[in-house]
Amino acid sequence: MNPHRRSPWVIAATVLVYFFLYAPIVVLILYSFNASRANVKFEGFITSFSDRVEMDGSFVKASPCGPFHWFCDLSKNDDVLEAAGNTLTIAFVATIISTIIGTMAALALQRYDFKIKPFSQLSLYIPIVIPEIVMGIGILTLFSQTFGWLNEALNLTGDARLSMGIGTVAVSHIAFMVPFVTLVVQARLQGFDKSYEEAAMDLGANEWVTFWRVTFPMILPGVLSGALLAFTLSLDDFVITFFTNGPGSTTLPIYVYGLLRRIITPQVNALSTVWILTVFIAVLLLQWLQSREQKPAHE
Amino acid sequence: MTSEFAVEMRDVVKKFITPEGNELNAVDHVTMQIKNGEFFSMLGSSGCGKTTSLRMIAGFEWPTEGEVYIEGKSTGHTPPFQRKVNTVFQSYALFQHMTVFQNIAFGLEMEGAKESEIKKRVGRALEMVQLTGMERRRPRQLSGGQQQRVAVARALVKTPDVLLLDEPLGALDLKLRKEMQLELKALQQQLGITFIYVTHDQEEALTMSDRIAVMSKGRVQQLATPVEIYERPVNKFVADFIGESNFLEGKIKHISGNEALVHIPVLNAEIRGMPMSNNFVNGEEVSVSIRPEKIRIAEQAAKGEGLFQAKVLTSVYIGSDTHVYADLNGTRLKVMEQNRISRLDPSSFYTKDQVITLVFMPENTLILKKD
Repeated sequence: MNPHRRSPWVIAATVLVYFFLYAPIVVLILYSFNASRANVKFEGFITSFSDRVEMDGSFVKASPCGPFHWFCDLSKNDDVLEAAGNTLTIAFVATIISTIIGTMAALALQRYDFKIKPFSQLSLYIPIVIPEIVMGIGILTLFSQTFGWLNEALNLTGDARLSMGIGTVAVSHIAFMVPFVTLVVQARLQGFDKSYEEAAMDLGANEWVTFWRVTFPMILPGVLSGALLAFTLSLDDFVITFFTNGPGSTTLPIYVYGLLRRIITPQVNALSTVWILTVFIAVLLLQWLQSREQKPAHE
Repeated sequence: MTSEFAVEMRDVVKKFITPEGNELNAVDHVTMQIKNGEFFSMLGSSGCGKTTSLRMIAGFEWPTEGEVYIEGKSTGHTPPFQRKVNTVFQSYALFQHMTVFQNIAFGLEMEGAKESEIKKRVGRALEMVQLTGMERRRPRQLSGGQQQRVAVARALVKTPDVLLLDEPLGALDLKLRKEMQLELKALQQQLGITFIYVTHDQEEALTMSDRIAVMSKGRVQQLATPVEIYERPVNKFVADFIGESNFLEGKIKHISGNEALVHIPVLNAEIRGMPMSNNFVNGEEVSVSIRPEKIRIAEQAAKGEGLFQAKVLTSVYIGSDTHVYADLNGTRLKVMEQNRISRLDPSSFYTKDQVITLVFMPENTLILKKD
């Protein structure tokens, strides 16, 4: 048998995998251009432009934005914009903090031996394997209990009362993102030869300078991978956010979930499309940056 | 220079805890004095304590006991970045994210040198290792030999009192290694800087060094010039480790000044040789060592003191020399003869089972302590 001939089973499996991975995304993007407001069936694109939206039942005949009607609609939705703002704020803050903590943890686990090291290493996996809903309930209980006691003990009233909000969401995101960052950075450190740091110190750099001039640039790709993973986890986290958010801290996943319970318009699809494209571009950009870093500059 | 010695190790012990939880003396009461301007080698197989000793001089490790002095000053817990020594690492440890120029300039930047000064000194360093024009390359764009030179330049540009080299030629192929040996030696002589060189390659150590410390199990077995180490090893370990040796076991029968008579049970005879220690006593168990090239094969069968009949096991012709393996009363000996005369005649070579007479000269017969 020709070893280069692919078995039809392999081809079928490949096609199926790609189909189930990407077909939903393609459908989702396609529906964000749907002319039908009901969005159950694809009824064709919105083909004509007009000064104001012209409807025929649930069918959009013309719009100032033409085929991009739902995107324009979305951009006028203040709730969406607020949710997007919350999502990004939480993701950025949580990513930066969890990347710092996670990287430091990975470095500590790599270079020092201490009594509770096996426990520390194991404890990294707990937030990863534990069901998210359990963690969500746990965090919720912790926050409400603590806030309750504090409010009572400090006699806080009105606006001063501690309550769930953007802060609690960010803290809970940091809590579940740190292990991911640590594990990614640890993998990168595995092949890190300590003689680079020794060389820097040998040449007169103290520990601080050694870290910033030698260690950090060398582990940066790993740190960035960890940060990116953390960022995407934060962006689309639903379960933990659901338990820890409060008034004014609705994120996009929570908002979309809320929309779905009422009515699914192509606006949801338009939102998802923008979201996917943003993440996609971010990943591409990062990959490009990393490949540029690793490619030797030819003279 | 403030002190006669560039580096001095006084009764240094370094203990490590093995993964099994046992205590191990990686360096075990080592004392050595390395003179200014000397090319000094620490030679031994892996785990002998040579690299740990070097790392204690560099400041990457601190002695458990004893003290390391650099230029007469006790180093204590001085961190590496405050010692006037620089290291060439086995893996080179060149910073991959920096160019050749940036790598060499790194140490000068740390000193706070001015930009014009850095430029000048990096240029000179590159010239010294013949890499001018490579400033903007990245380490991975260089060959192994070139990377090695960058590592040397990066360390030497700081004009250290002592340059430490940890098996710097280990990753190079044989031909390049020999070239670099001579180059490093020339560089050391030209700069007059003390080089402390760690290697497991005895030929490398013999080629380059002014003095060698042969190490084993964390201890210095012998510290002497290459000639002394080869010609006058202090114990069986050194005789065995450096070059090749034939060993015969025996007992001291009589000792007088710089000659001793040893009874060898397997030969049922006495051998006269030179005692390599001052404190032998009569009846002491000793090893007798004779180097293969120092055994002569007599042209005619003869009997007498220092003459022994042996049977040829095999004879190997290797161009410049012939190696004869002979059986001497059940002990296998190796004899090396130079092929001084061009010949083809098969009868002029030794054949299996041929009986030959070996000549042991007392001045070539070394009587050694059993470790």
